[in-house]
Amino acid sequence: MNPESVQQLCAGNPRAVARAISAVERGGAAARAVIAAIFRYTGRAHVIGVTGAPGTGKSTLVNEIAKQYRRRGQRVGIVAVDPTSPFSGGAILGDRLRMQDLSGDPGVFIRSMATRGSLGGLAAATSDAVQVLDAAGFEIVLVETVGAGQSEVEIAANAHTTIVVEAPGMGDDIQAIKAGILEIADLLIVNKADHDEVSATVAALEMNLNLKPQAENDWRPPVLKTIALTGAGVADAVEWIGKHRAYLEAHRLLELRERARFRAELEMVVQRELITRLLRGVNGTKIETLVEQIAARELDVYAAAEVLVGGIQNGANPIFAATD
Amino acid sequence: MADRPIRVLIAKPGLDGHDRGAKVVARALRDAGMEVIYTGIRQTPEMIAEAALQEDVDVVGLSILSGAHLDLFPRVVDLLRQKGLDDALLVCGGIIPDEDMPALRRMGFAGVFGPGTFTQDVAKFIREEVARKRGAAAQ
Repeated sequence: MNPESVQQLCAGNPRAVARAISAVERGGAAARAVIAAIFRYTGRAHVIGVTGAPGTGKSTLVNEIAKQYRRRGQRVGIVAVDPTSPFSGGAILGDRLRMQDLSGDPGVFIRSMATRGSLGGLAAATSDAVQVLDAAGFEIVLVETVGAGQSEVEIAANAHTTIVVEAPGMGDDIQAIKAGILEIADLLIVNKADHDEVSATVAALEMNLNLKPQAENDWRPPVLKTIALTGAGVADAVEWIGKHRAYLEAHRLLELRERARFRAELEMVVQRELITRLLRGVNGTKIETLVEQIAARELDVYAAAEVLVGGIQNGANPIFAATD
Repeated sequence: MADRPIRVLIAKPGLDGHDRGAKVVARALRDAGMEVIYTGIRQTPEMIAEAALQEDVDVVGLSILSGAHLDLFPRVVDLLRQKGLDDALLVCGGIIPDEDMPALRRMGFAGVFGPGTFTQDVAKFIREEVARKRGAAAQ
């Protein structure tokens, strides 16, 4: 990335930001160049994840939360993720449709992302896109996941504050005590609170929280009610995001969470790079040769893996040639 | 470097409230492997250009039924150019009289698709034009 583009990006120039996000989405050398150029300018944004089942009102809620922050004078970046079709590779990215109130505001930048095959509720490049927005000076970055089922919990590792959005009538108290998405919530929001059954949903979520042993300094997620279509309850939710931020700061959890995230990212990148390079073959041993040997029952899978991985330990080996 | 999926913005400028056609096209392009950003009805030219900019799209597709295309489309095109998006492929569809086609082409719309168009033809056109633009940009 040339210094001029970096300067434009850090000044929040939308064209520069948009192109940098395209580059990190593309991956490989293009992505690495962007991250290398901007990484030192990151670490200032408060990253808020918004997740929950399809149709619970995540996008509309993100729209309202963003408006609250704009009223407080803070610049807001939004990354909204929708699923890629496993059949065609295409996607309909429709989250912007619910965020039209924000258009025309230069203090808001919205980017839609397709998962492009990633599971876990985010796209592979979502965390890099968040870093681009962070470097571009957006103080608040909202990340909306795909409509999540029970185990799309990746957002928790990528956000400082995670909001799980429920809608009334989505399940009983057994649903509430299942493992998974409810466990990652820093805030629980029951949206569409003008619908029936809202108090039953709130009660089931509260009961579940009451069953969790609570140490003195633990954060207890509030269960909040909103009607995102009218904005009702959203100011209160934003107050609670602030309280959660203060809690993280008071207990030095921002630093801990950040280190945990960097560790996970580092592991992931190392795994991906090593696998890519190893599978290209070590010291002339090609993976196809190993597969043939396994098929001929000359080697088992573990022994074949040792041929590749052992090649690293024996030093001087060609796999560490940089790849794109 | 692998080509990224083609990113398309489908938008409806102006005041007509029927977007069945735009949704059918959006769905067809999804099924053709494209990432389609759909922003819905009643968009101003400013909203469309802003979305195209932030989403860094390859293609801007406008759908219109109201007859206001000769008023609204030039404004969209001007704004896209102002924002440095002059390399985006422009296509449009809806109810557009034959006699307006030359004006739209002069404005920069490479494809104008009226009623009766097969969605596969729209996808094929976009795929070929984007491949050509990317090929030219790579040289």
